[in-house]
Amino acid sequence: MSNTLLHAEYPVEAEDYTCAGEASADIKRKLKQLGVSANVLRRVAVASYEVELNLVIHSEGGVLSLEVTPDRVRLISKDRGPGIPDLDLAMREGWSTASETARSLGFGAGMGLPNMKRNADEFDIKSKVGEGTTIQMGFLLA
Amino acid sequence: MDAKKRFHSVRLNKELCKGCTNCLMHCPTEAIRVRNGRAHILDERCIDCGECIRICDYHAKVAAIDTLEDIKRFKYRIALPAPTLYGQFRNLQDVGVILTALRELGFDDVFEVARGADIVSRAISEKMREPDLPRPMISSACPAVVRLIQVRFPDLIPNIVDIRQPMEVAAEIARAEFCKEHSCAPEDVGIFFITPCPAKMTAIHSPLGQEKSAVDGAISMLEIYGLIRPMISRIQREEHMHGTSTSYGIGWATSSGEAKSIFQENALNVDGIQNVSRVLEEIENNKLSDLAFFEGNACTGGCVGGPLTFENNYVAKNTIRKLVASTLARNPVTPQQSVPVSMINKYPIRLDVPIEANPAMSLDENISVAMEKMTRMNEIIADLPGYDCGSCGSPTCRAFAEDIVLGYAKEMECIHKLRDKLQSMAEQMVEVAQIRR
Repeated sequence: MSNTLLHAEYPVEAEDYTCAGEASADIKRKLKQLGVSANVLRRVAVASYEVELNLVIHSEGGVLSLEVTPDRVRLISKDRGPGIPDLDLAMREGWSTASETARSLGFGAGMGLPNMKRNADEFDIKSKVGEGTTIQMGFLLA
Repeated sequence: MDAKKRFHSVRLNKELCKGCTNCLMHCPTEAIRVRNGRAHILDERCIDCGECIRICDYHAKVAAIDTLEDIKRFKYRIALPAPTLYGQFRNLQDVGVILTALRELGFDDVFEVARGADIVSRAISEKMREPDLPRPMISSACPAVVRLIQVRFPDLIPNIVDIRQPMEVAAEIARAEFCKEHSCAPEDVGIFFITPCPAKMTAIHSPLGQEKSAVDGAISMLEIYGLIRPMISRIQREEHMHGTSTSYGIGWATSSGEAKSIFQENALNVDGIQNVSRVLEEIENNKLSDLAFFEGNACTGGCVGGPLTFENNYVAKNTIRKLVASTLARNPVTPQQSVPVSMINKYPIRLDVPIEANPAMSLDENISVAMEKMTRMNEIIADLPGYDCGSCGSPTCRAFAEDIVLGYAKEMECIHKLRDKLQSMAEQMVEVAQIRR
């Protein structure tokens, strides 16, 4: 894309807890250097960490991509599986369905998708069981 | 044990190593050299503290450790979770959830290392009542610190408390109790420590102060965390799986936990291997002679800061603090009250093999040869820039001089000397170019 200012791809391995969080840390570093506003930076940081951890914990591995154009920051997560059987439920899942244990341990149940959607200006998710999940998030710049 | 045969958990993945200076500069025993574009670990000096694992940006430094697959070698399997594991799960209030989770992963039984810590606390308290003890007595709980002492502070070896680590005590008791209850042979039982660090893995395969470890292997806490985390929200705690240690035993996961559990007025706890080195230096210079007990932890925050943990060590330390407080409220008993003396008499609790000095840092066994080498070293150092930049592959100019004297390096590997030489050669070339016949 001719107006892309920055493009970076981060492969994320399933169950790789040693490296978990490094992709989103690098994304934050790059955006800071570009001078992205603090508000956008914070929302991107939260959403990218959430989506990266999902790739580690719940997926069979995938790629997290960063794309910066003059008008927006785009985060794309594409994994190889397993796919989410009930997307509506996953998007609704939050504290209400978490067990007592999970809530007390600081984990909302599920994959934090509502949290991601809350932080992004644009949010799209597509998933097929047996194939994988693709999440696209857009964060408007100014 | 012969240094050559010593097992080292800390290893290098050559493919990922970039040959940078990160690990080189942070090793507390200067045990790393970069040659031919990659790091090399000097086996005799490595104390398996895991600092290099922590600092490597490229994840080239790894811990050679067992995995969950390895437990299948045994008919019966027992998990020994270090209390650090509890700190990996924020706001954890019920240790039983984690113990149940471990059973779900395939272990027949779980024995808390925190319980082993209670017993060791009692044993250390008894030990500290002996007359004429060296001051200070130094904890033997962190294997990296014990190895540091062997290499850099061997005259402090007599100060090391001659009591086994909680992991070992826990393993002995776990095996004895399990075999009694299930009428099985000891060798059918595999006991695996859930470890936050490589030093404990090394301690299992190359034990300090005892002939053989009572533990069969160590599994990385990162692996166990990764397996427990996705399932934790749906775990129903098994009725009989509840925490059985005192709050003090759990506190061993953090720096000052051990000191607190032995109730010594003049105890000091230091965490972080560089800080521990500095303080041991002071102790060696007799500057802390009124101190009764020294607790040293190689990792910042204590074991919660181990290189094989997931959670931020400060957050984990706080989780442990809260767990300790709630456990104490429920069960306000000290290890000295809860552990009967019969327990420390029944099982092997003392170290029975002398800990030996490791002369890896000395120039030569023979003092006159050592003096010659040192003289040559000082001559070379006088000629070096003194930048301690690490470009030559040695951590400091002093270490580089030592490597040259011992035959491992050549002076021209110093990039600054090389540049000076090139400059003078260029000047000579200019002179030659100006010659008119």
